[in-house]
Amino acid sequence: MTTTYSKANILPPPSESSTLWGWARKNLFKTWYDTLLTFFILGVLYALIRPFIAWAIGKAQWEVVQVNFRLLMVGQYPAAETWRAWLCLYLLAGILGLSLGVWARQKPWLSAILLLSPVLLVFYPDLSSEARNRLLGLALTALLAFAFGRWRGARLGRAAVILWVLYFPAVLIIIRGGGLLENLAPAVPTSLWGGLMLTFLLTVVGILFSFPLGVLLALGRRSSLPAARWVSITYIEVIRGVPLVTILFMSSVMVPLFLPSGVRPDRVLRAMIGITLFTAAYLAENVRGGLQAIPRGQFEAAHALGLSGFHTMALIILPQALRTVIPVIMGLFIALFKDTSLVATIGLLELLGISRSILAQPQYVSFQREVYLFISLIYWIFSYGMSYASRRLETRLGVGER
Amino acid sequence: MENVTHDLANNVANKETTANHPIIIARDVHKWFGHFHALRGINMEVHKGEVVVIFGPSGSGKSTFIRTLNRLEEHQRGQIIVDGIELSHDVRNIERVRMETGMVFQSFNLFPHLTVLQNITLAPLWVRKWKKEQAEEIAMQLLERVGIPEQAHKFPGQLSGGQQQRVAIARALAMQPKIMLFDEPTSALDPEMIKEVLDVMIELARSGMTMLVVTHEMGFAKAVAHRMYFFDSGQIVESGTPDEIFTHPKEERTKLFLSQILTH
Repeated sequence: MTTTYSKANILPPPSESSTLWGWARKNLFKTWYDTLLTFFILGVLYALIRPFIAWAIGKAQWEVVQVNFRLLMVGQYPAAETWRAWLCLYLLAGILGLSLGVWARQKPWLSAILLLSPVLLVFYPDLSSEARNRLLGLALTALLAFAFGRWRGARLGRAAVILWVLYFPAVLIIIRGGGLLENLAPAVPTSLWGGLMLTFLLTVVGILFSFPLGVLLALGRRSSLPAARWVSITYIEVIRGVPLVTILFMSSVMVPLFLPSGVRPDRVLRAMIGITLFTAAYLAENVRGGLQAIPRGQFEAAHALGLSGFHTMALIILPQALRTVIPVIMGLFIALFKDTSLVATIGLLELLGISRSILAQPQYVSFQREVYLFISLIYWIFSYGMSYASRRLETRLGVGER
Repeated sequence: MENVTHDLANNVANKETTANHPIIIARDVHKWFGHFHALRGINMEVHKGEVVVIFGPSGSGKSTFIRTLNRLEEHQRGQIIVDGIELSHDVRNIERVRMETGMVFQSFNLFPHLTVLQNITLAPLWVRKWKKEQAEEIAMQLLERVGIPEQAHKFPGQLSGGQQQRVAIARALAMQPKIMLFDEPTSALDPEMIKEVLDVMIELARSGMTMLVVTHEMGFAKAVAHRMYFFDSGQIVESGTPDEIFTHPKEERTKLFLSQILTH
């Protein structure tokens, strides 16, 4: 009897009209001053955006981007070796497709659209047939990997993580060449690296090396050993007190002074070191914040079980601390991606540097707007991509916290 | 060779201690927090298989004392010997004592990023270096024993307070400790969940486990405690069997405290 009684009392939630008109009426035209405000803002937006659209479609001359596209993407990287950049893209498409297949199981069409996006570029008019085929191949690779990931499911989760970890060092090796690969892929000096490719490489190296260094510094700052604590604090506070541009200048101008004459470390390498050292200091402070948020009881429970200090840190404290600081750390990495543009000031030709050198040529002097707008769009696409990925990562790792 | 003979000698010595000597010895234990004198000369001996209940007003040092026994708190004067090992600054001794003592906390302190099963197998895998299958098999037996085998693959945050505390007990038992320390294990629980945790503790007490329990659950004390200690202001005011404490308390402070917690 009681069951029927309670069943009768369970009601479905009240339905809300979700039509576009219903939404607009609720949010835009609820009262007369809402309506007034809506029309006012629409007017302002129109006035601001109309001339921009008119310029972008009508007057802007995008040939400058088209003609210099190769330079913007890979700088002066030898044309005969560009296949290596493509290889990196193919690997990326494969791993990305696989990961989406394994993890993004709810809305497959969304992933499919994302993976097919290279195909959109095929409709771009003045594309060489070679590039067109490669783009189609890229989308095909991504889709095949996606299908494979969906088919095999969670069993490939671990493999996907390992592939991601191996991917970035592999990219460095492929682009650098030389060594054991000399016959297949001769070494390309870093002075020829440039464009978006160099921007990516600076970012990747910065992330890969600043992360472990930053975590170590954060642990050092909280260490009970005075020596480790003071070294960490001094490092963090010195670096955080200096702008990145200054560190880059120091690494490019000052470092050679301290080295014996004749030893001139690679300029790209020096920039990478500067960026890594700079980011590590900020990362250390973020991680420290995460460590401080872990309740004392977690340490006590781990100690009471007989876990050593190292195991307590590695198995209990760090996994929790790092998870809480994912949003801040991803923010830091997005900032790092954009800050790589500062290496243009020490003469490296990454995306901004190469744009400025293109614009320095007499025939392109008047195309500043087009070029800067184009690279802004590129920066935005990748920054937003990273930000979106970080939000997905957060929700995924939030399991168990609830 | 030396090591082997040394270990043998140790084993023999241990056997003797379990036969003749108490498993926990505290002699004149003092502890200060800054200028606050939290423990003022605690003396206690606990024999193997004994269930000891420690009670008293908040701030009386009962939690502090139980936490000195596995060195979550450091004592500053006196002597503490657990299972024949004296607690000092020697880290190896501390880790050996912690392997032999399990602890259950008021606020559970489960690891929120690990599943129930991973919480229980963590220490056996990394401290005792067991194989994964063995650790998981024992973990499942323990979950069976505390009555929640079906929760093995959930995260702590998905369980009720009572279930979490039972997982915490299973986690401590997984290291196969000789002594179990309980620091107010039911104080953070809703009334209807206290019983499910106490039932597990009563079963454990009857199985012969050496237990030190800081609690105000007088029903539990009456059912299984061999001895009770009343703490106040960092000292042991009175001790005795539950019968002596409940029916003939000698000290005025004990009488007053008991009347406060039993009649509300």
